[in-house]
Amino acid sequence: MRRAELALATVIMAFAVGLIFGAALGALACGISVLVVIVAGALSAWFVRNRFRAWRYQERHEDLIVARGVMVRRLSVVPYGRMQFVEVTAGPIERLFKLSTVRLHTAAAASDARIPGLEREESARLRDRLTELGESRAAGM
Amino acid sequence: MRQGLDREGGWQRLHPLSPLTRIGRLAPVIVLSFLLTFVHSNGQQGPLYYPVGVTAASVVFGFVHWLVTRWKIEGDTLRIETGLIRHDSKRLPLARIQAVDLVRPLLARLLGVSELRIRLAGSGASDGRLAYLSESTALEVRERLLRAPVAPGPGAGGQVAAEPAPSLSSGAPVPEHLMALVPSGRLIGSIAFSGLTLLLLAIAVALLVLAVTAPKTAAAVVGFLAVYIFSFAGGLWRRLANEFHFEAVEAPEGVRVRRGLLQTVSETIPYGRIQAVRKIEPLLWRPMGWCRLEVDIAGGGRTTQRGEGSGVVRKALLPVGSARDTWHLIDRLIGGTLPVMTPPPAQARKKAPLSYHFLSAGYDKDRAVCVTGRMRKVTTWVPLEKSQSIRRVQGPVQRRLGLATVHIDAAGKATRAEFRDRTVAEADDLVEQLSDLSRAARQHRAMSLAERSSDVGAPIPSGWYPDPSGRHQQRYWREAVWTEHVSDGGATALDAL
Repeated sequence: MRRAELALATVIMAFAVGLIFGAALGALACGISVLVVIVAGALSAWFVRNRFRAWRYQERHEDLIVARGVMVRRLSVVPYGRMQFVEVTAGPIERLFKLSTVRLHTAAAASDARIPGLEREESARLRDRLTELGESRAAGM
Repeated sequence: MRQGLDREGGWQRLHPLSPLTRIGRLAPVIVLSFLLTFVHSNGQQGPLYYPVGVTAASVVFGFVHWLVTRWKIEGDTLRIETGLIRHDSKRLPLARIQAVDLVRPLLARLLGVSELRIRLAGSGASDGRLAYLSESTALEVRERLLRAPVAPGPGAGGQVAAEPAPSLSSGAPVPEHLMALVPSGRLIGSIAFSGLTLLLLAIAVALLVLAVTAPKTAAAVVGFLAVYIFSFAGGLWRRLANEFHFEAVEAPEGVRVRRGLLQTVSETIPYGRIQAVRKIEPLLWRPMGWCRLEVDIAGGGRTTQRGEGSGVVRKALLPVGSARDTWHLIDRLIGGTLPVMTPPPAQARKKAPLSYHFLSAGYDKDRAVCVTGRMRKVTTWVPLEKSQSIRRVQGPVQRRLGLATVHIDAAGKATRAEFRDRTVAEADDLVEQLSDLSRAARQHRAMSLAERSSDVGAPIPSGWYPDPSGRHQQRYWREAVWTEHVSDGGATALDAL
């Protein structure tokens, strides 16, 4: 999904930059700048792919573990009982690919349990399961 | 007044002097409008329509507000009704009241009235205010509000505590146990040795030098810096005014803090809602052995956006205290004995050469403690039963050195204890250990809650109940335990069960 966003951005950027440089400096400059932009796009696509591959979650008996990050590796352990609410969001491009993001909120602003790019059925299942577990183990503040 | 308080169905008005006291808040505006008129008329006695109008309007408004505001305690709710055009009626269930603060601005103190601010659990939006009540009524209402509705006594087979605490019916204030107070000298000293003061001094010295060498430039610079200087000085003054005569006393329901130079505030910090305790020792205070103690408590004042650190406020429990006072308070709040503290491994020095010095952390089965900072040494305690999540974070530099940081988050924006720069193996181990321990701590608490509610079907609210030991008339019950606070015929004392 992010890659689709990225590909779109790259194409637009390449077009725009090519047009500007082409008009100002001629065909050679146009070609080089388009190439640079496409390489940059490919590189960030690679980063995004790694980022998404590093994103994993695990439902344990008492808590949910979310691990993410390539450069900075983060791992959050959030007990179900501490959950205040579950948020499921889907942006326009996410909707295009039938994906959504599930986010777990606790009373602490820092607990960072976000799982993006879930398929619709999986996100619905996760939402229901988390809500159910949260209710049965509620501990609040 | 007292008969009125207990009479069911009787609406009460605020103190008749409240309109006058409210004007006190607008005093600067009124004075300013008079001044402006004076200036505009070039020193001559000009027309006073505007300032007189402002004053008259505020008097009328205050009076009307007083006229339409009424309150009463009805069963187990406090009702406040106000508003002439936009009617506003509030019902505050007594069982949900978290804290009652007593605020007395200068004018209110002179007139002998005070304001009650009532904070509820959960939301900060539906707070109640009663401005103003006479001193004795305010104290009485506070006692009444904090004493949870009369319910079957805990433990003793559903025995009913029928009569109110004798100390309340006699109207005498409950004697409290003084924990710490801040002498004025020390407070002034602490402000003098703060970074802000040093900055102001530095500016002053620089300006003096400049004034001697190049008077014209100095004047320009003063004009430029005036705003900053005033705001800095204002900050210093606010600190002095807010934290003057600081006093922390031990009340049965929590630590009660009294403070203020012109406006006095009396607020209660309940033990059960403390999310974290923080001890701060700035570099400049270290020779004197002073430190500042702050607590993060849940369900306070402002609410933030939903989910993002819901309703946690940071409060100074001791603006500047001696080491002994601080330890005494920490001991009461969260237990004084430190768990075994270990420093991070030696390779962490490469990542944090400056802050390595004090860096250490430890935990036992109830809490996690960590020390961070070099110039400003901060020790943080987080009770494990309050932990919301546990995180392990590893940056690129840390990965190269084989280190990772473990955070224990409590409710709030930045309320956490961190085990900074541990070895990877230790960090993994910590994540497991700490999640297990916090789960155990939570379950322990849930169990003790369930145990005491098993008799009556609902948790027994904190309050005065017949003493189970039989040695005294009444004993204070806080959340899940009997405290050592006892009461006989109006006098309270300490006696461990």
